[in-house]
Amino acid sequence: MPKQMAAIGGADAVLGFSALGLDARPVDDAQTAEQVIFELARAGTAIIFVTEEIAEQIPQTLQRYAAQPYPAIIPIPSGLQSKGLGLKQLKQNVEKALGADILFGKEG
Amino acid sequence: MAGLGNIKPTRMELSRLKKRRVTAVRGHKLLKDKRDEMIRRFVVMARENKALREQVEARLSGALSEFMLARAVMSDAAMEQALMVPAREVTLSFSTQNVMSVNVPSISVESISNVDGGVPYGFAFTSPELDGAIETLAELLPELIRLAEAEKACSMLADEIEKTRRRVNALEYVMIPQIEESIRIITMKLSENERSNQTRLMKTKDMLAARDAAMMAAQAK
Repeated sequence: MPKQMAAIGGADAVLGFSALGLDARPVDDAQTAEQVIFELARAGTAIIFVTEEIAEQIPQTLQRYAAQPYPAIIPIPSGLQSKGLGLKQLKQNVEKALGADILFGKEG
Repeated sequence: MAGLGNIKPTRMELSRLKKRRVTAVRGHKLLKDKRDEMIRRFVVMARENKALREQVEARLSGALSEFMLARAVMSDAAMEQALMVPAREVTLSFSTQNVMSVNVPSISVESISNVDGGVPYGFAFTSPELDGAIETLAELLPELIRLAEAEKACSMLADEIEKTRRRVNALEYVMIPQIEESIRIITMKLSENERSNQTRLMKTKDMLAARDAAMMAAQAK
């Protein structure tokens, strides 16, 4: 049985997750990441954490899995500072759903 | 607006269109209600999602930078050895939850086993930063899972809201006006036919009456 969760990204960010029983897949470039995501999705992994650096480079792949409930591909910050990719996505979703960003307008 | 293109001005077509209008109006009302309710739920979810994400990001960055430090201090081999056995074994159960006919994931943590003491390795060959990092990550894991669930649900719901809104607008601004225009055209055409028939009849009657009068006059002479 495949592991239920996986983490993809730079080795620094990802290896720690292997201590928690996640399937840690250190990757360096977007192409490998896409391939790994594809493999994991086929194997039935439910949650895939992707570091922001990688997630930024593979919007199409993220889009492809957006319509189905699993796998959930979630960007996570790596290293010291979050790039705010996750919040940006959330903001986009809000804009898509409501037509205008009325929730986070003040902060953004 | 030109209505639904080429339509036959018949009574049958008219009653068909009227039925379609009723269906369209009912569908429009239902979809509008669905959209409103989805937006209400979405707003709640999005707020929660935002709070979760901010919380997770703040703590995760901390844990990962600690981990980076540990990696810098320890050799790769020692690191690999230390992380070979997972510190926690997490069992999750997955299902889907139906929120306004959108199937969003619903993930619950069934069990988190705690390998005794929290870390699966001896303390002799590892750096203390690693202990801290793993501790924080382990604490964070349930929240990460909740974040994954919330984020996915939010994005799926947003897609669905957009679709529903398009449908509502298409019905309201295209479909229903077109049907109404067609109904108007047919009614006008039908009453025009009716009138022309009426006039024709009256005219014929007049002509017949005039002929009869002429014949009567001729006989009288």
